[in-house]
Amino acid sequence: MWIDRVVHLEPRTRLVAIKNISMAEEHLHDHFPGNPIMPASLIIEGMAQSAGILVGHANNFAEKVILAKVSKAELTEDAAPGFTLRYTATVQQMDAAGASTTGIVELVDPATGMARTIGAIDLMFSHIDRNMAGAEFPEHNFVFSDLFRTLLETSGQRLMP
Amino acid sequence: MTQDEVFQKIRTVLMDALAVDEDEVTMEAVLTRDLGAESIDFLDIVFKLEQAFSIKIAQGELFPDNVAQNPEFVKDGIVTPKGLAALKARMPHVDFAGFESDPQIMNVANVFTVGALMKFVQTKLAAKG
Repeated sequence: MWIDRVVHLEPRTRLVAIKNISMAEEHLHDHFPGNPIMPASLIIEGMAQSAGILVGHANNFAEKVILAKVSKAELTEDAAPGFTLRYTATVQQMDAAGASTTGIVELVDPATGMARTIGAIDLMFSHIDRNMAGAEFPEHNFVFSDLFRTLLETSGQRLMP
Repeated sequence: MTQDEVFQKIRTVLMDALAVDEDEVTMEAVLTRDLGAESIDFLDIVFKLEQAFSIKIAQGELFPDNVAQNPEFVKDGIVTPKGLAALKARMPHVDFAGFESDPQIMNVANVFTVGALMKFVQTKLAAKG
């Protein structure tokens, strides 16, 4: 998982999640040696998981919500270990076929509690069972795995059926 | 809203959804072949048109769904007369004249031009009053 906790959820509207960046994450040792920073691709994934939960929750996690398009991803600053990333995902539009979301990435400094915006990530999600006519997918919802369930439970959000 | 205002809004939608340049968005441009639209882009375009024009577009209203999978509508990769009639009835905003001469399902995406979007949006706006 690339988020640690869902801290706020307004159903069908907005979700806020955080990710604590830790020197214990091995990928930071290589990205880059002597200059550990959170890879931008994983920041996008963190937003995708935040927004994906928001979209999935709207239909009680019955839909297989797949990230289909990164409409926009702008990051203006590096994120280093010891800081917290805060993802705020907002539903822009949602219907039976899928959803579009906008998102803000903030970098929170635990030393001061101050946060500043370091990026914007807009995404599109597809409810694949409704869009890939003719294609067959497993009946169980492989998108929202046990890890998502654990995350929501440890976040105090008993949301999954 | 004038025809030019509608076109400018559609142009903005397509520049945003497909990351294309202003001069690429002409009335004749085919969304897939000329502007590089892929399947998910169609949903993106629908969402953006709904926002830009304050209209509601039902799934399958602007672009067809479940046509290629229907054996009555497509046989051996060719759209049947029944399939063509269904497409025409469901999508009066689309000009199928060129497609009819070679109705291969793989070519059906070529009927979705910027002009077809224009006609669709204008019909929706007229219905809205």
